[in-house]
Amino acid sequence: MELIQQLVNGISLGSIYALIALGYTMVYGIVKLINFAHGDVFMVGAFIGFYSITILDLGFFPALLISMVACAIFGVLIERIAYKPLRNATRIAALITAIGVSLFIEYGTIYIRGAQPEAYPDGIVPLKTLEIFGVKISGQSILILGTSLILMILLQFIVHKTKIGKAMRAVSHDMDAARLMGINVNNTISATFAIGSALAGAAGVVFGVYYTKIEPLMGIIPGLKAFVAAVLGGIGIIPGAMTGGLLLGVIESLVSAAGYSLWRDGVAFVVLILILIFKPAGLFGKNIREKV
Amino acid sequence: MTMLKQAKFFWTSIVLAVIFAVVMQFLINGGSLNQFYVNTLFFIGINIILAVSLHLIIGITGQFSIGHAGFLAVGAYASAIMTMKLSLPFPVALLVGGVAAAVAGLIIGIPSLRLKGDYLAIATLGFGEIVRIVFLNIDYVGGASGMTVSHFTTWPWLIGCVILTIVVIANFTNSTHGRACISIRENEIAADAMGINTTYYKVTAFAIGAFFAGIAGALYAHNFYIIQPTNFGFLKSFDILIFVVLGGLGSMSGAVIAAILLTIISTYLSSYPEVRMVIYSLVLIVMMLFRPQGLLGTKEITSFFKVGKAAKGGVKHDNKNPVA
Amino acid sequence: MTTKTQLLKVENVGIRFGGLKAVSDVNLELNQGELVGLIGPNGAGKTTFFNLLTGVYVPTEGTISLTGEKLNGSAPYKITKKGISRTFQNIRLFSDLSVLDNVKVAYHSLAKHSMVSSIFRLPAHFAGEKEMEEKAIDFLKIFKLENVMHEKAKNLPYGQQRRLEIARALAAGPKLLLLDEPAAGMNPQETEELMNLIALIREKFSLTILLIEHDMGLVMGVCERIYVLDHGQLIADGTPEQIRNNPKVIEAYLGEEVS
Repeated sequence: MELIQQLVNGISLGSIYALIALGYTMVYGIVKLINFAHGDVFMVGAFIGFYSITILDLGFFPALLISMVACAIFGVLIERIAYKPLRNATRIAALITAIGVSLFIEYGTIYIRGAQPEAYPDGIVPLKTLEIFGVKISGQSILILGTSLILMILLQFIVHKTKIGKAMRAVSHDMDAARLMGINVNNTISATFAIGSALAGAAGVVFGVYYTKIEPLMGIIPGLKAFVAAVLGGIGIIPGAMTGGLLLGVIESLVSAAGYSLWRDGVAFVVLILILIFKPAGLFGKNIREKV
Repeated sequence: MTMLKQAKFFWTSIVLAVIFAVVMQFLINGGSLNQFYVNTLFFIGINIILAVSLHLIIGITGQFSIGHAGFLAVGAYASAIMTMKLSLPFPVALLVGGVAAAVAGLIIGIPSLRLKGDYLAIATLGFGEIVRIVFLNIDYVGGASGMTVSHFTTWPWLIGCVILTIVVIANFTNSTHGRACISIRENEIAADAMGINTTYYKVTAFAIGAFFAGIAGALYAHNFYIIQPTNFGFLKSFDILIFVVLGGLGSMSGAVIAAILLTIISTYLSSYPEVRMVIYSLVLIVMMLFRPQGLLGTKEITSFFKVGKAAKGGVKHDNKNPVA
Repeated sequence: MTTKTQLLKVENVGIRFGGLKAVSDVNLELNQGELVGLIGPNGAGKTTFFNLLTGVYVPTEGTISLTGEKLNGSAPYKITKKGISRTFQNIRLFSDLSVLDNVKVAYHSLAKHSMVSSIFRLPAHFAGEKEMEEKAIDFLKIFKLENVMHEKAKNLPYGQQRRLEIARALAAGPKLLLLDEPAAGMNPQETEELMNLIALIREKFSLTILLIEHDMGLVMGVCERIYVLDHGQLIADGTPEQIRNNPKVIEAYLGEEVS
């Protein structure tokens, strides 16, 4: 039963990774950029949720919504100011800029409000602990799982059943062709950033509710891990990000449970190296050959 | 530039460097430079070695490696073990630091062969993190609290290593081997087709770059009294990457200049770490938006001394020019 | 040329990418000193075939042999050392390197000075570099590129870039030269200059040349024999006259002018 408990923990953690990973994968799929600042959008989302709950005295769902909307806007701002001008620049220039934006958000936050952590108040979610077959599932776990599931279903709907989703898929496939077909590529890209950032914001609020403690540098490690998750599933592939996130969360929890908790952060990177050596295109990915 | 001119330039630079070294030694001995300046100077030296070593990997060979702090860590810890645990003399530790890091470079270089661009970047980032986490979890080297290390890094060692690094990498670059690496950077498929053993040169670039990062690690460890895993995280890797990118990808003198300037700025702002990072990150973003080729692009500083020559006959500058 | 010595023998070569047979069951022979053309509609697999010959792709079936030595599976750089060199459909010069350096890179595999001698600036380094420089400059003179030798390759006009690519490929000292659409984007005058250049280098370097081209005037004009690929398979081979009148070839091009 301990194993199942860890699995539940793993899936909860994995859902958070998955939500963040989705943003990475969608952005990479559409503009081939590793958005290093994405983890920091997650952090900003956590803080906005915190302030909504404590200062504006709102409940979980309103806070979640506000955070998602704010992060969506934030993500689009970043894209328009820092990434759009570099769309035709070298990959390394775009990567460096993303690193710069990430550092800017992190240390800007510290500069404004200091580095001290905050704690999400208890009792936001009524703590109904379910017990199924001897496994305790906390109300918070259910919340994370439920929220993540709903958001992912929503995302799948958007991507496959709406016009903007179709545009996103078209632009990821072939930007120039999409443009020729009359798709507004700039707006599509912004929409992608918006959705990805909203999901990261949601992940931030959910993280705060589950793990309580939030601080300005909290986005770095989860951000990197979520990126690994995206690569694991196949970068640019949405079901890949979901699967990769869940898988990574589970592996991490199992490693921790097996007694190697000091190494848990290393797990993600070992997984990364293994995937890049054995199947760089990821679990769901296809090998794209360079035309000679 | 003819080969004779290259040689003259080279020896003049060496003589100037030696004079500079001796002068600085006197200043340090005489105590006319206070500790703050000396520390900054040592920091600059170490960062120059780091920047130039990464320049070989990214700037010359085009391998997008952003885990350089990992090699720094390996060099630091390996050398510290030599002096602190095995009581071996500093020169041995220095060499061991370099060699250990070079081995790490080989280990990272070989799997990296199959990866390109972004994938290689993340893989190297991952390696850097793995190295850090490994040292974090080994009690023999102090785990999270780190290791205290005696102070053995003196000015002669530092400047000697800086000059050695620059000379070796410049000489490597201005030879057929350097050209082979540059051809890999420019067009790997064509390089293959022209008979370049790209595997060999990519791995070599990693090994040499890692070796000097390891030397820097040994100098670092024996200069700051204590080393901890937190010193070697990806923020450190980014710091080094920024030297190379801001200086200009492909320009060794650019990397050196950037390392000097940024270290100085960094030390002056060290009392205001958040401000420093905010300014740093803004500079980074602005640079990439408005001057992505960095300070010098792929040119070396010597091209600015050739104004007269460049005006006639369209003799454009190329990578044939030697030490910056 | 008295007796014809066989240089390249390709037997039943094919490659499969996933479920797609890009090239299948191709048989081809080249004799020393020949100038042979490889034509076919777009997407026929001509460049893929070149990639097979140069080791970029490994054949999933068949064998490729150069003067009796089997090449399958060798790394590209080794195949170049054995004597096959090429140019590319989309120019692949070392943009940031000078014209001279581009050619020097091709000489690299023949360089005798080691990394150690370069790093420590031993006499071997200076001797080796001097030799490379002299050979490279001499080479550029043949291609009339010596007056731009210090220009960065990316700054050259298109025609000169194509010429440089050929020069570079030749500097590698091949027995067999593969030219992939060398006349692409050229006007009639440039094409004629190219034809003369090909004839010149063929004689001067005792080369065997396999040429992919869409410009039928060029192909019919210079090639002694022609192979025709369509959908990855060989549909015809013979003299230009035979190919011109071959119904399968005409059909493959579907109305494109064959002469």
